[in-house]
Amino acid sequence: MILSDSATWVLRKLLLSASLLTLIGSASAQQASIVGDIIGKGGKPKMAVTDFRASGKAAAFMSTFNSTLFADLQGSGLFDMVPKTSYPLTQPQRPEDFRQQSGTGLALQDWSGPPPNASHLALGYVADQNGSFVVYGFLVDVRQQAIQGAQMLNKRYFESMDDNGARKGAHEFSCDILSKFGSNDCLVGTKIYFISNRSGIKEVWAMDYDGANQHQVTHSRSINITPGVSPDGSLLAYTSFRTGRPQLDILETATGRLRGFLNPGASVNSSPAFTPDGKSIYFASTLSGPEQIYRAGVTGAGLTRISHSSAIETEPKVNPKNPNQLVFVSGRTGPQQIFRMNAEGLDVERLTDGTGEASNPSWHSDGQHILFSWTRGYAKGDWNVFLMDVASKRYDQLTHSEGRNENPVWAPDGRHLVFMSTRGGSKQIWTMLADGTGVTRLTNQGENTQPVWSK
Amino acid sequence: MSRLSSRGVLGAMVLMAALSVGCKKNAPIRGATPPPPPTTGGERNNEGAAGRPSIVAFTVEPSTVERGQSATIKWSVTNATSVIIDHGIGSVDVSGQRTVVPADSTTYALTARNENGSTGATATVNVTVPVPIEKPDTTREPRGTITQQIEHLQDAYFDYDKNDIRGDAQTALTADASALKQIFADFPSAVIIVEGHCDERGSAEYNLGLGDRRAASARDFLVQLGVPADKLKTVSYGKERPKCTDASEDCYQQNRRAHFSAGQ
Repeated sequence: MILSDSATWVLRKLLLSASLLTLIGSASAQQASIVGDIIGKGGKPKMAVTDFRASGKAAAFMSTFNSTLFADLQGSGLFDMVPKTSYPLTQPQRPEDFRQQSGTGLALQDWSGPPPNASHLALGYVADQNGSFVVYGFLVDVRQQAIQGAQMLNKRYFESMDDNGARKGAHEFSCDILSKFGSNDCLVGTKIYFISNRSGIKEVWAMDYDGANQHQVTHSRSINITPGVSPDGSLLAYTSFRTGRPQLDILETATGRLRGFLNPGASVNSSPAFTPDGKSIYFASTLSGPEQIYRAGVTGAGLTRISHSSAIETEPKVNPKNPNQLVFVSGRTGPQQIFRMNAEGLDVERLTDGTGEASNPSWHSDGQHILFSWTRGYAKGDWNVFLMDVASKRYDQLTHSEGRNENPVWAPDGRHLVFMSTRGGSKQIWTMLADGTGVTRLTNQGENTQPVWSK
Repeated sequence: MSRLSSRGVLGAMVLMAALSVGCKKNAPIRGATPPPPPTTGGERNNEGAAGRPSIVAFTVEPSTVERGQSATIKWSVTNATSVIIDHGIGSVDVSGQRTVVPADSTTYALTARNENGSTGATATVNVTVPVPIEKPDTTREPRGTITQQIEHLQDAYFDYDKNDIRGDAQTALTADASALKQIFADFPSAVIIVEGHCDERGSAEYNLGLGDRRAASARDFLVQLGVPADKLKTVSYGKERPKCTDASEDCYQQNRRAHFSAGQ
């Protein structure tokens, strides 16, 4: 997909030399692996999930439970989900149901063989125990010879007897399944902060990872933009116009209270991002003239200028694995591009190739890849989401002009991203897997932009 | 505004006449024919000629009030059998004072009569409507409210991703510089905000920096033309407050601008 897009772009421009075309072409061929590096393409476990049944009052909530469990496992991007239409006639409810021979679904090979060809099976049931919604969840490697060696998970989940309890039970069970496949960053329980104008003016809002529970966080009745969240999720920094000029605010997410932050005496202080230890923020300030990159403690103390240029520089983002490396946006070579530098503002290097305009860099937790927005190959303002391996500067294009696509940010699981897209007709928050599948719209009310994903 | 009849208070009369609205003459008119009492114009028609009443004083102080504030009318008449003041005050003693709260600028007419005829005089109080940001300077005539004056300032337009002052922006800002000097003369404590705006295509974050540069460029140009720097405050709105939202170059150009608004 990348090869053809880059090649088309090159041909359309008719500007690049043949040698550069070859270079781009070969780079593009390799680029196809960048997304694969991130989410693991091919060779995924083939997951089957039985429809859980229930006793008593719990039966009323099983449709919620089963659809949530399937969606969670599918949405994780870790599995190739086996379609339910290919399942055997009989579905086991617990490991004791398995026999050596069955032919109708009660033997391991009924699931590992055709038509399901599954590698793993999630199964279980729900009981109404004293009014509680109790999930009995199991995970089995159906490629094993006997059930005794096949069990990977056997756990109970006690939930409330309602729709929320059913959803929570499914989320917790799916998280435990993901952990068996090396994913320690389940998205259940994570939050997305974003900017919404649905109250009439841009305020910071929050929602669950799946778009549920959307609620307003700031109530300043002024424009609030460019949120950044601390690594532990306890602090939210953003740019607020509540004093008339764009200045930084830092808010405690648990209480909703503002922390005192001493803004530099500048006309603009904006685009804050926390350091990996959560003790400092990098931000952009016009203290010395054009917007430059500064660092200060979360109280505003210890102000230090980092970048030194006569251009506009903003969106500093610290490498989560290397606090001495930053990526940022600068106009020092012309239109805005992505650069990197060290924490002293030295060793500056441009990462994007100078074409188009680039913005919104966001580090992957591996400290090697960034997501960003780029207009490369498109008209001004026609942003698409790109993925770059910072060391080699090779990149993949993840969106392809389905509206404008900006503000890409990694989910804590490192496989999903959240971004703003106009593909639905207005500015809304969407999530997807880095390979472009599982595209899901999370917001509908008003215009919603600048999401950040918090643990 | 007062008009005095007695030669003995001529000095005070000249001073007040300088403040009067509708003043035509400073010297008293002497005529043989009794004209009707004036309704406007503040001209005293007669002063005790042929045995008619003499108006010693007829004043309203202060001569200018804000709407809702009171003013005091004072008068003193000799040789009169009746004294009447219009605008609902009616028949009064030959000397006295009355507090009034006029809603709008009002010219009060006093008519004194006796058996030989009548004498008239007028006094005017100017009523101003307070403006929210700046009290009007009563020593000159403002060209309108500060809001009206700011609305007449022209936006300065910019090229994409630039903060250079183009030729058309120079023309606009040169006119604005004169207008701003007038505003600061009329409203000495006013502060004007120079807003920097961008079109929607660049990133929101970068545009905060770009809008700041545009506002600063416009401010610096105005300061070079003599506009006091401490009266101008810059605010970058980036692309957060577009004038229009169409995806067209015409709209983009309208949004790439420096714009003026009243400071707080």
